[in-house]
Amino acid sequence: MAIRNNDAVIVGVGQTEISKQSGRSELQLAAEASLLALNDAGIAPEDVDGMITYTIDNNDEVGLCRCLGVKDLKYTVRVPQGGGGSVVTIFQAMAAVKSGVADVVLIWRAMNERSQYRFGRPVPAGRIPVGGGSTFMEWAMPFGAQSPGSWEALVAQAYMKKYGVTNADFGMVSVLLRKHAATNPAAWFYKKPITIDDHQNSRWIAAPVLRLLDCCQESDGGVAIVVTRMDRARDLKQKPVKIHGAVHTMLPNHEIITNYYHSQDLTRAALSETVTKRLKKTARIAPAETQVAMIYDNFTPQIFTQLEGFGYCKRGEAKDYIAGGNLELYGKSPLSPNGGHIGEGYIHGMNLISEGVRQARGTAVNQVKNVETVFLGSGVSGAIIGVV
Amino acid sequence: MADDASLRGGVATRPDPIVTVDSSAFWAGADRGELIIQQCGDCTTFYHPPRPMCPKCHTTAMRPVKANGRGTIYSYCIPIHPPSFGFAAPPIVALIDLEEGVRIVSNVVGIEYEKVTNGLKVEVEFEPTEGGHQVPVFRVTTKKKAR
Repeated sequence: MAIRNNDAVIVGVGQTEISKQSGRSELQLAAEASLLALNDAGIAPEDVDGMITYTIDNNDEVGLCRCLGVKDLKYTVRVPQGGGGSVVTIFQAMAAVKSGVADVVLIWRAMNERSQYRFGRPVPAGRIPVGGGSTFMEWAMPFGAQSPGSWEALVAQAYMKKYGVTNADFGMVSVLLRKHAATNPAAWFYKKPITIDDHQNSRWIAAPVLRLLDCCQESDGGVAIVVTRMDRARDLKQKPVKIHGAVHTMLPNHEIITNYYHSQDLTRAALSETVTKRLKKTARIAPAETQVAMIYDNFTPQIFTQLEGFGYCKRGEAKDYIAGGNLELYGKSPLSPNGGHIGEGYIHGMNLISEGVRQARGTAVNQVKNVETVFLGSGVSGAIIGVV
Repeated sequence: MADDASLRGGVATRPDPIVTVDSSAFWAGADRGELIIQQCGDCTTFYHPPRPMCPKCHTTAMRPVKANGRGTIYSYCIPIHPPSFGFAAPPIVALIDLEEGVRIVSNVVGIEYEKVTNGLKVEVEFEPTEGGHQVPVFRVTTKKKAR
């Protein structure tokens, strides 16, 4: 593939430990992860001139600049829709450096979503839940659907019914990701694999769809990514990882998790289908043609529907695709070799991006062989990256 | 039974709705015992959740109208853990496809969880909230009442 001076490249990743109690502020986690990423890249913190995070990150750009000693910040943007928008940060960073509005863009996400607040817990009446006011979650609250698991289950139950999928089928994803995490020392569930019986014996969160082991973890931690242009990347410490393409989509009446209103049939991942179409055009590579699949796993059914939406298999065939071993480390489309959100921890999509970069560099703990390109997918957004 | 899930000693414990300017007609209707959906004043398309502008003809003449209250269960789940605020027992949460062609989140009451299935016909009724408001919930249509 051709290399151009204005190609957007990922040159640094940083990740704090993932825990259930970080013992420090979210701002400190953001600052530590940012410094790790900048040191990884070999870029002085004062050279950062762009910053990107989520609308719902609790940290402030000014606060982070104050820690890092950023001198002249030219560009900031925050992306909507929580973790579903995680890969949108890569799209925005790419757009910023390619257009020249910023030279060194720092992306961060840092959260104490286990020790400081509980991200997965029901939210009391009168409060707009995590995710903010951009979606229609408030329509679910007085009916007792007050947590991400219950919102997710209403869509997934329709999928189960239509395609004859059981909760034990979803358990295949849990077992696989815990197996990957078991050999990743950075994972919360390092050396703790599970069996399908463990999955089936875990308690119901939202029956008949989600058990405890279908859910991602609540974790404390921070992750940061540094993006710049190829002309600047040549002198840096790491082999640059090129962003071959990155896209974001929002379709009529779609929402990030209470996604009930877009069509009569909720079993179709239309957002992911659109991401796939656009990625094929811009990156000239389809997600299924990459060697690693870093796909957002807040809940196991999301892997099923995204595999179909991102074109790994046809609609209704995810169960067979997974059962066929395709997502194993030696399979056709290894899924989240770090263990994903279910096994490593849940830094809201960002620890899937950092693992994707390590896989592209060839430096991951559970390294997939002969990686040329990696797919980063989070429902409404997707990117294809690789060393050139 | 599921319809007792939000009552404790006969006192309503169900959370009050989160009312915004654009959703106020729906919740005011529920307080009166009416299921309100939104209809475009120009092109007559039905909408839910409500919005201040019709995405087809861009009028702001959106009007609240009373739905006939009949629908079908599209999907359901039972949020078991952690317990939902305001519910002594796990409620049956469902997506209900109304006959007018819009979908709403609600509860199915008066039926055991094991008997709920996709496609059951339901009819609206109302349950109180802790602050003295009401929300629409649905009960499976009995043959006698079916039309």
